[in-house]
Amino acid sequence: MAKTDAIIGWKTITFGCHVLEPGSTAKFRTGDWRSQRPVTDREKCIKCGMCWIFCPDMAYSQTEDGYYVADMEYCKGCGICAHECPKDAITMVPEE
Amino acid sequence: MAKRVGIEVSIAVAEAVKLADVDLVAAYPITPQTHIVEHLSEDVANGKLDAEFVPVESEHSAMSCCCGSSAAGARTFTASSSQGLSLMSEILYIPSTMRLPIVMVVANRALSAPISIWNDHQDIMVQRDIGWIQTFAENGQEAFDLTLHAFRVAEDRRVSLPMIVNIDGFTLSHVIEPIEILDQEEVNRYLPPFKPRYRLDPKKPITMGPVGIPEVYTEAKVAHDQALKASKKVILKAWDEFAELFGRRYQPVETYRSEDAETLLVTMGSISETAMTAVDAMREKGQKVGLVRIRLWRPFPAQEFRKAAGKAKVLAVIDRCLPPGAPCGPVGEDLRAVFYKVPGAPKIFSFVAGLGGRDVTVETFEEIVEKAQAKARKRPRELYEVIGVREK
Repeated sequence: MAKTDAIIGWKTITFGCHVLEPGSTAKFRTGDWRSQRPVTDREKCIKCGMCWIFCPDMAYSQTEDGYYVADMEYCKGCGICAHECPKDAITMVPEE
Repeated sequence: MAKRVGIEVSIAVAEAVKLADVDLVAAYPITPQTHIVEHLSEDVANGKLDAEFVPVESEHSAMSCCCGSSAAGARTFTASSSQGLSLMSEILYIPSTMRLPIVMVVANRALSAPISIWNDHQDIMVQRDIGWIQTFAENGQEAFDLTLHAFRVAEDRRVSLPMIVNIDGFTLSHVIEPIEILDQEEVNRYLPPFKPRYRLDPKKPITMGPVGIPEVYTEAKVAHDQALKASKKVILKAWDEFAELFGRRYQPVETYRSEDAETLLVTMGSISETAMTAVDAMREKGQKVGLVRIRLWRPFPAQEFRKAAGKAKVLAVIDRCLPPGAPCGPVGEDLRAVFYKVPGAPKIFSFVAGLGGRDVTVETFEEIVEKAQAKARKRPRELYEVIGVREK
């Protein structure tokens, strides 16, 4: 997963490593060490949003048609969503 | 006008801090540093110094308090020693990479066990790599001058690094010497107000001390290392200006009768005065002996040292620190690195002396020179030798 937005050299790193603008962590793609990813079976999904509520990384967001989708740039593959899903609609599958 | 007064060195240091008009002093008393913060406490209490005096509950908190204060843009001072300095250890690494120009005077003292309140350099050698600029004072005047110099250098916007002035505990901190105390007007000419590059301000929020993920940590540390190395220019300039204003000239390394010396003693701190007497005594006996004293310890002035060592054949390095299990004392180690593969480099022999307040006398230096010269004639097995150990 690319982290290019945030990768800087020692000459351009901020003074004292201070963070000078808000929200800069959004530049860091933190989902690159995942070993498993969640896959939602839309046949079983009832759009209850439990995955969205329980995701510790706020990787899930709701789509226009009401389903919840995890952003793979931030999902760490922890499997909490799969564990909490009341309909067993989410399966963790190994990352290729 | 500057006034020459007989004064205890700790109090002279406190006077320098008062003249620097600090905004915050974090204080926890530990021998032999106590007199410095005690005197500052009086100055704050009686209105002579307009500063926050924060009596913290440990040195760990003292340095944490200093970090917050310096980050808020306040001129910040504290003093420490020995076990207290070790208790600060966790926090000492923070202001350096975070570029907070705190000034601290360390009254050097041995580390337990057994408990020793007396002087050596083991406390600061533990903290060698904290990334602060570090100087070592030889006498009271230098302790006073280097404290002012520390504020000037640390707070320079090109530097913005914390700085330690090392003074030997008791043998320097508690002696009374004639010291020229500069007046406020003179200090004001030398030391501009502190204008930090960044400071914590609710109107312009920034984050200091964020997480450094593996992708940025190395770069942050390299940036700090480079800043520390680059600070030497500012350090030298500040000493030059000090000389122009007040007539006392300081350099990263100082030499004494070293021009034609074949054997050079290498020292740091107040034992250098005794070393000079020893050099005089040995010179009278016709020996070509001299002295090089390291005043600037970090960043290490490698070039200046090589130049100062001149054509000497033997360096007898005195470490006031016993590094258990290590090949050599820290100063000796550095100098071996400085001269590694340098053509015509002197032979370097490392000696440990003056631990836990053990006297380092003229005779000790004579013994060291004798031993170094003997070692130079053959191949010594050990890489350092502890001087004056009773064998039975």
